[in-house]
Amino acid sequence: MLDIVDAVRLVLGLLLGFDVSLRRIVILSLAVSLSASVVAATCGLPLGAVLAVFRFPGRGLLILLANALLGLPPVVVGLVLYLLLSRSGPLGGLGILFTPAAMALAQFLLALPIVVALSHRAMVDIWREYGDDLLISGASRLRAIPHLLSIGRLSALTATLAGFGRAISEVGAILIVGGNIAGYTRTMTTAITLETSEGHLAFALALGLVLVAISIAVSAGAFTIEARARRNRAQEAA
Amino acid sequence: MKTFRIFWGALLGALLLFAVSSASGFAAEQQVIVLASTTSVENSGLLAHILPQFTSETGITVHVVAQGTGQALATAAHGDADLVLVHDPAAEAAFMAAGHGLTRTEIAWNDFIIVGPGADPAHIAGTHDAVAALKQIAVARAPFVSRGDNSGTDALEKRLWKLVGLDPTAPDGGWYRDIGGGMGAALNAAAAMGAYTLSDRGTWLSFGHKAGMEIDVEGDPRLLNRYDVILLDPKTHPQAKQAPAHRFAAWLASPEGQAAIGGYMIAGQRLFHPEADPKP
Repeated sequence: MLDIVDAVRLVLGLLLGFDVSLRRIVILSLAVSLSASVVAATCGLPLGAVLAVFRFPGRGLLILLANALLGLPPVVVGLVLYLLLSRSGPLGGLGILFTPAAMALAQFLLALPIVVALSHRAMVDIWREYGDDLLISGASRLRAIPHLLSIGRLSALTATLAGFGRAISEVGAILIVGGNIAGYTRTMTTAITLETSEGHLAFALALGLVLVAISIAVSAGAFTIEARARRNRAQEAA
Repeated sequence: MKTFRIFWGALLGALLLFAVSSASGFAAEQQVIVLASTTSVENSGLLAHILPQFTSETGITVHVVAQGTGQALATAAHGDADLVLVHDPAAEAAFMAAGHGLTRTEIAWNDFIIVGPGADPAHIAGTHDAVAALKQIAVARAPFVSRGDNSGTDALEKRLWKLVGLDPTAPDGGWYRDIGGGMGAALNAAAAMGAYTLSDRGTWLSFGHKAGMEIDVEGDPRLLNRYDVILLDPKTHPQAKQAPAHRFAAWLASPEGQAAIGGYMIAGQRLFHPEADPKP
């Protein structure tokens, strides 16, 4: 119990005092996970829409794959990426092991299936509703995709935020490919792991509370947007 | 629609921030080296204490990847570090023999201790023979936490059990618990289970959650813990940044570096002795 009280006091102290090392950790976490989820959205949203609109061989397999990889174990992604990015591995020439770039890449791989699977599900519904209209108004299926994403933009944002949630809460992969270097690749989750192992439980918990606050804010944002999307669509239909 | 735009704006802003910050990191790349080291020098706070001094004197930033000795040597062997700082003489000798290392220099030492619950069910408190103490723990079937992570501490523990003449991993009731984690994780586990464990003194002194645990065994010469810095051989590891790595290794062995190591204290206790301090 004492640890929890200490942690709350620490959180307030750290946040109000704007502790420099904590600020760095929070900014790095956000920067890595935001870039990972934005890139995942850039690739994943159009892919989700294509899977909803086009019929082509291998489509079923891709959809299955995206859904099957929703539960991709981060630690395995980290290990495989480590072997690839190591100097002695095939991508060693990039020299990005133990850098934030490697961490963003790992989180991108974890977020991508989520963005693809969720946006595909949403786009299937929207295509069923608007597809005929879009095709009748003269657009080819390819041309229809930007329109589709525009109509479903709130669902697309929800999918992106879900990917972001996966990225920022993950620790197994970035611990391996980032190396948890102080002031360089130390994020909230890896710092929590380290502080726990050093027995600084109150400080670890304080970091945990900050992380939980951010993740709650993101989830609440996603939920609100999703709810609005449903309301808007209901209004348009009416 | 307004919140929507704010969201994407924030995303874009963060991305730009990240791009700018990584670009500035890129410019300083020449002055950054990666040190693969053990969890004990990182978890104990030693590196955080001495690195700022080195960086301010030389402008070289040291990125510390803290792993067990076994993993740290593997990281360097893969070519993913510029030098290593570890503490397992046997594994280091194998690393040198395999042609990875150029030079190996002792830069500090301290000692290992056996710590355990205040109740001391194996009655080993205050003794100075690590092998006899482990034997008593086994006889009493008192819980014992093993690192089990192929680290320097883990290697010493396995050697000590060999001297006891007993295989603690034999399945006979689970008093021997292999947690497969770092020193801090092992101390956390031991505190939670009321178990004994072997710890380096540095991590123990800086550990923040002792929960009634005490030092039981110390002062056995077999518990000596030496830390070596190893530079990589440019023939096998041409990618290693030789010049700054040499500079760091030389600084660690220099009077300034040795004074910085010896000057690291917690609650009036010295965690690491400079290399030249007389050993017990």
